[in-house]
Amino acid sequence: MRRILSVLLENESGALSRVVGLFSQRAFNIESLTVAPTDDPTLSRMTIEAYGDEQVLEQIEKQLHKLVDVFKVMNLSDCDHVEREVMLVKVKAQGTSRDELKRLTEIFRGQIVDVSQKSYTIQLVGTKDKLDAFVATVKEESPIIEIVRSGLISLSRGEKNCL
Amino acid sequence: MKKLSGAEMVVQSLRDQGVKYVFGYPGGAVLDIYDAIHTLAGIDHILVRHEQAAVHMADGYARATGEVGCVLVTSGPGATNAITGIATAYMDSVPLVIFSGQVMSNLIGSDAFQECDMVGISRPVVKHSFLVKRAEDIPAVIKKAFYIASTGRPGPVVIDIPKDVVNPNHKYPYHYPEDIALRSYNPTVHGHKGQIKKALKALLVAKKPVLFVGGGAITANCHEQLKQFAKRLHLPVTSSLMGLGAYPGTDEQFLGMLGMHGTFEANTAMHHSDLILGIGVRFDDRTTNNLAKYCPHAKVIHIDIDPASISKNVPAAIPIVGSADSVLDEFLALLEDENLVRSQADLSDWWKQIEEWRARKCLKFDRHSQVIKPQQVIETVYRLTQGRAYVASDVGQHQMFTALHYPFAQPRRWINSGGLGTMGFGLPAALGVKLAYPQETVVCVTGDGSIQMNIQELSTAQQYGIPVVIISLNNRFLGMVKQWQDLIYSGRHSQSYMDSLPDFVKLTQAYGHVGIQIDTPDELEEKLAQAFAQKDKLVFVDVRVDETEHVYPMQIRGGAMNEMILTKPESA
Repeated sequence: MRRILSVLLENESGALSRVVGLFSQRAFNIESLTVAPTDDPTLSRMTIEAYGDEQVLEQIEKQLHKLVDVFKVMNLSDCDHVEREVMLVKVKAQGTSRDELKRLTEIFRGQIVDVSQKSYTIQLVGTKDKLDAFVATVKEESPIIEIVRSGLISLSRGEKNCL
Repeated sequence: MKKLSGAEMVVQSLRDQGVKYVFGYPGGAVLDIYDAIHTLAGIDHILVRHEQAAVHMADGYARATGEVGCVLVTSGPGATNAITGIATAYMDSVPLVIFSGQVMSNLIGSDAFQECDMVGISRPVVKHSFLVKRAEDIPAVIKKAFYIASTGRPGPVVIDIPKDVVNPNHKYPYHYPEDIALRSYNPTVHGHKGQIKKALKALLVAKKPVLFVGGGAITANCHEQLKQFAKRLHLPVTSSLMGLGAYPGTDEQFLGMLGMHGTFEANTAMHHSDLILGIGVRFDDRTTNNLAKYCPHAKVIHIDIDPASISKNVPAAIPIVGSADSVLDEFLALLEDENLVRSQADLSDWWKQIEEWRARKCLKFDRHSQVIKPQQVIETVYRLTQGRAYVASDVGQHQMFTALHYPFAQPRRWINSGGLGTMGFGLPAALGVKLAYPQETVVCVTGDGSIQMNIQELSTAQQYGIPVVIISLNNRFLGMVKQWQDLIYSGRHSQSYMDSLPDFVKLTQAYGHVGIQIDTPDELEEKLAQAFAQKDKLVFVDVRVDETEHVYPMQIRGGAMNEMILTKPESA
């Protein structure tokens, strides 16, 4: 089972390592983790994508909440939410594939953010599935040189906030 | 407002916090703090011989008193030596505050002399930790540390202080905060009223209920309420190793300890029960045996202050997050409603069944043996101390024999490393207890293996004149290892024989204490009485016990709660 957790934690040294440590210490599986300060500089928001059975996921949530630095844990899988991920793909772009890659980028509503004589770097924002689909399509057209993905970020829909 | 240096702030904050003892060992990074201890005075510092023992001593002090134990060690090896002690306290939820020195801030990360990332290395075994960056923050950090260590589910908190932060030449205004608020830390104390009512109703209709108490019941100081509650509903009570003493071990409703070496009646009652009321327990593997076969008929009500303990191992039908004392108060208040009590199921058949199990007398042993039986030693110690001693234990067979044969009538008298199972815990812990209660009899039950893991503390005991009685069940083996090798490894005693044991009597005497050796059953009573008669000297009693003895009952690995062997099989 997949779960997305949104965690607000004190923006203090050591807080991140406590969360990361928790996952290795208790053998929890983690797919992605992103963290950055929020508009309140004393708080950081972390988005965690984790997999496990119901009992394991419940434990993850409880153990996160138990950390003294953790202010709030919200299970976004339980409610309507928006998920996004940013990806940069550096791909070989020569000859006819230069046009085709540009077209694919437009179809997926991406942007080419860096160009060289032999390559494009394409930026794409979307859900995980969309990014996966783009990677698969691009691969058919031209070899990928390297990829970076930001990991998932997510917020609940509607006017309510996590606080 | 008075001005103090960082080092003075550490000492003054501890005084303002009401700390009586600090257990520690000096070194380069904490010399300024040690100097402030000397000049400011007001804190009794106990100089140990190894930092691990400092933590165990503070731990023993904390377990016996319920107060926060305090430790001071230097950077690098001082800090790493303390880790085993910290992990021990963490596993058993003991409130400690550990100060560790750190190299100068500008050297952190440079692999400087005696540098170690203490916050990092201790992270998995602390409740929380702080790295102090400015001297002005010291009082508030200390206040927070004591608050976090002692509230909710207690645990150790590390405060790592770089040397420049305690520079005696830089003074800052000092103020010790009265209160502290932490927005991200608010432990739940009071249980949900609806859940409490639901739990009580379920308990009252149960036909085979068992009350299962653990260390959390001791932490919550709820023994009065617990007894009242169990008596009122005539419930059978069992306990984990950590919960011994929360409910009087001498009471007829007490079935003894459960688990791997639990009594036949306790484990069998658990297996057949239809409702388990767990109070301050965590259903760890030593108390459940195989989870897949665990108590198949039981509905579980689980009261714990730590939500993460609930449904971690055993799913709870009715979870209650809260402090055991508060929840029991609510239970007792609800029981004032007579209609509710009248609905209670008749438990006489259940008790009849339990008495049959109890009649097996699973703790019996050979009382006419020519060699001393370890059980007999513990029984004699029990008799000579009228069951009222504080007993600190090490880890192994002697620990189990004591848990089974010394029924504790009061909480906080049984001091042992249950979770981590740290050999070497017993002696320093006993010294910590004796410092807290100098008028009480404090016993350290140990073995020839465990005692040698922190035997250097005999020197600390000499320096401060701490007269505990050490009872060493000497079987020339690592007894519990040997027992497993007898049972599981066809008697191949790989590295479990303690060849070349020292002469413990002479060794004790060399440290300036009294040593007594007991070789035969007929001298047991008299010589132990001599040991307990020594009120102002530490006595080490080296008791030569039967090396072939095993701890029984013993649950069968991978089995259900009621699957256990009661006596040594022919094959062993």
